[in-house]
Amino acid sequence: MTGVGVPARGVPEAAAALLAVDRIHTYYGKSHILHGVSLEVGRGEVVGLLGRNGVGKSTTLKAIAGIVHPSEGDIRFEGRSITRLPSHRLARLGIGYVPEDRRIFPLLTVLENLRVGLNRHGVDKARKARLIDKAYTYFPVLAERRNQSGGTLSGGEQQMLAIARAMMLEPKIILLDEPTEGLMPRMVSQIREIIHVLHREEVAVLLVEQNVPLTLEASRRVYFIEKGEVRHHAMASELHVNDAVIHQYLGV
Amino acid sequence: MGIAVDQLLIQTVNGIVTGMILALVSSGLTLIFGIIDVVNFAHGELFMLGAYVGVLTLAVTGNFWLALISASVLIGLLGAAIYLATLRPLIGRDPLTTILATFGISLVLQNYALWQFGPVSRKIAEPIGGQFTLFYLEYPWYRVAVALLSAAIIGGFWLFLKFGTWGIWIRATTQDRVMAQAMGIPVPWVLTGVFAIGSGMAAASGVLFAPFGGVDPTMGLNWILRAFIVVVVGGMGSLGGSIAAAIFISLLEAYASLWVSPSQAVIVSFVVLIVTLLIRPTGLFVATPK
Repeated sequence: MTGVGVPARGVPEAAAALLAVDRIHTYYGKSHILHGVSLEVGRGEVVGLLGRNGVGKSTTLKAIAGIVHPSEGDIRFEGRSITRLPSHRLARLGIGYVPEDRRIFPLLTVLENLRVGLNRHGVDKARKARLIDKAYTYFPVLAERRNQSGGTLSGGEQQMLAIARAMMLEPKIILLDEPTEGLMPRMVSQIREIIHVLHREEVAVLLVEQNVPLTLEASRRVYFIEKGEVRHHAMASELHVNDAVIHQYLGV
Repeated sequence: MGIAVDQLLIQTVNGIVTGMILALVSSGLTLIFGIIDVVNFAHGELFMLGAYVGVLTLAVTGNFWLALISASVLIGLLGAAIYLATLRPLIGRDPLTTILATFGISLVLQNYALWQFGPVSRKIAEPIGGQFTLFYLEYPWYRVAVALLSAAIIGGFWLFLKFGTWGIWIRATTQDRVMAQAMGIPVPWVLTGVFAIGSGMAAASGVLFAPFGGVDPTMGLNWILRAFIVVVVGGMGSLGGSIAAAIFISLLEAYASLWVSPSQAVIVSFVVLIVTLLIRPTGLFVATPK
C-alpha cells in the first residue's frame, strides 16, 4: 500500500487498512479544497487529523462519508472502492459520521434520533433494543431525555446524541469532527471517555480536533494537514504538545 | 338584511365539508412542497386523472371504494414515475426549473386527458345515497361521508408520519436531508415515495369530489388554485396549517355566499391570500418563526 503521501520514518503502516484515502482532490465551486489527501486507518485504530482552521480536515471527513465526492483519487473501505457511492450506502457499510455542527434532527425526539439509524436489513427487534440500551448506558442523560425533542438539548447533550446516533449503525469506523468544540471541560472528559469506549469495542475512529492534548492522548497515529495536503504523519506517542512540529502546523 | 340562524348553520356545514376536501387536495401539495421543495403545478392534473381512473374503474367494477383505492395507487405510481423522470434530474438546479417542469407536466397531462376522454363532463353517482333534513334543506349524507373520509385519510397519514419507520425517515429527511442520508436513509427513494403519496392523495380527493361536479379535463384548475391559496395562507409546507387554512377559507366563502353569489364569494379567498402575503407572509396558521 503506497497510499500514504508522506512516509514518516519509523511509523508503522496501519495494520490491514480498514480505510484508505488515496490522493483525493475536491472542489467547492471553483476553489480547490483538497489537493491529494492520502491517509489510512486500520481496524479498530484511533487516528487523529490535526491542522489549522480551513485546511480541509472537515472536507476530508465529508469525502469519506460520501457527502462531497472527490473529483480525483480513490477511497477504499475494506478493500473496495467507495468513492462514488452515495452516503446512505456508506452508512450501511459501517461508516458513522458525526459532523462538526452535530446536525441533530431538531424536531425528532432523542429516541427517534437514535431510531433513524436502526432500520437496516437484518437488525431484529431484540438487537435494536440492545443497541438503544447500550446508548443509554453510555449516555445516561439521553435516557433521561429520551422523549424530549433533539433541538431542546444543550450543546454537550447534542454531541452525545450525535455520537450515540452514529453508534446505532454499528459502524466499523466513526468520523468525529471536532467533538469537543465549545464544550465545558467536564463534557470534554466525557468525550475522551467515549473515544476510549469506541476503541475498546474495536470501532476505528478518525478524529478531527483542535484540542491537541486530547488528540495525542486518544490517538495511535496523527496526520498533519495543511493547505489541503497531508504534510506530516507520526505516532502520537512520539509527539508532545510543545513539539516544534505541532507549532509548525498548528501554531498561530 | 338579517341572516337567519338556520342559514348560518347550513353554510357552516357546507364550509366544513368543502374545507375537508380542499384540505385533502392541499395536504398532498403541502407535503410535496414541505418535504421535497417542489412547487407542483401538476397537482390539479393528478387530481383530475385520479377522478378519471375512478370513473373508469367504477364503470368496470361498479364499486366506488375499489375505484377510490385503484385511483390512489395508480396515480401514486404515476407520480413516482413523473418524479423519477423529470424532477429528480433537476435536484440542485434553480427552483425555477422545477416550477417550469411541473407546469409542463400539467399541460401534457391536461391535453392527454382532453385527447383521451374528450371535453364532455362525465357524471358519476354518489356511492352513498340518502339525505337528512337540515332545517329546510335535504342534505346529502355523501357530503358528510366525504368530509369524514378526508379527515380519516389525513389522520391516517399523520399517524404514519408520527409512528411508522417511514414516518421517522420522512421527518428526518425534511429536517436535514444531508444528515439523514449520512445516517443510512435512502433519501432519493424517500423523496420519490413522498411524491407518490402526495399524488395518491390528489387522486383520492379527485375521486371523492367527482360525484359533486362531474369529471372533465379542466376540473383540476379550480381546485389547484384554491389549494395554492390554502398552502400559502396555511404556511408553506405546514400540514396542520394547511388543514386549518382550508377550513378557514371554505367557511369564509360559505358565509360570504349568504350575501353574494358563490362565484363572487371566491373573491374572499383572494382577499385572504393578499392580506396574508402583506401582513404575515409566513402563513396565518404557523407559529411565528424566530
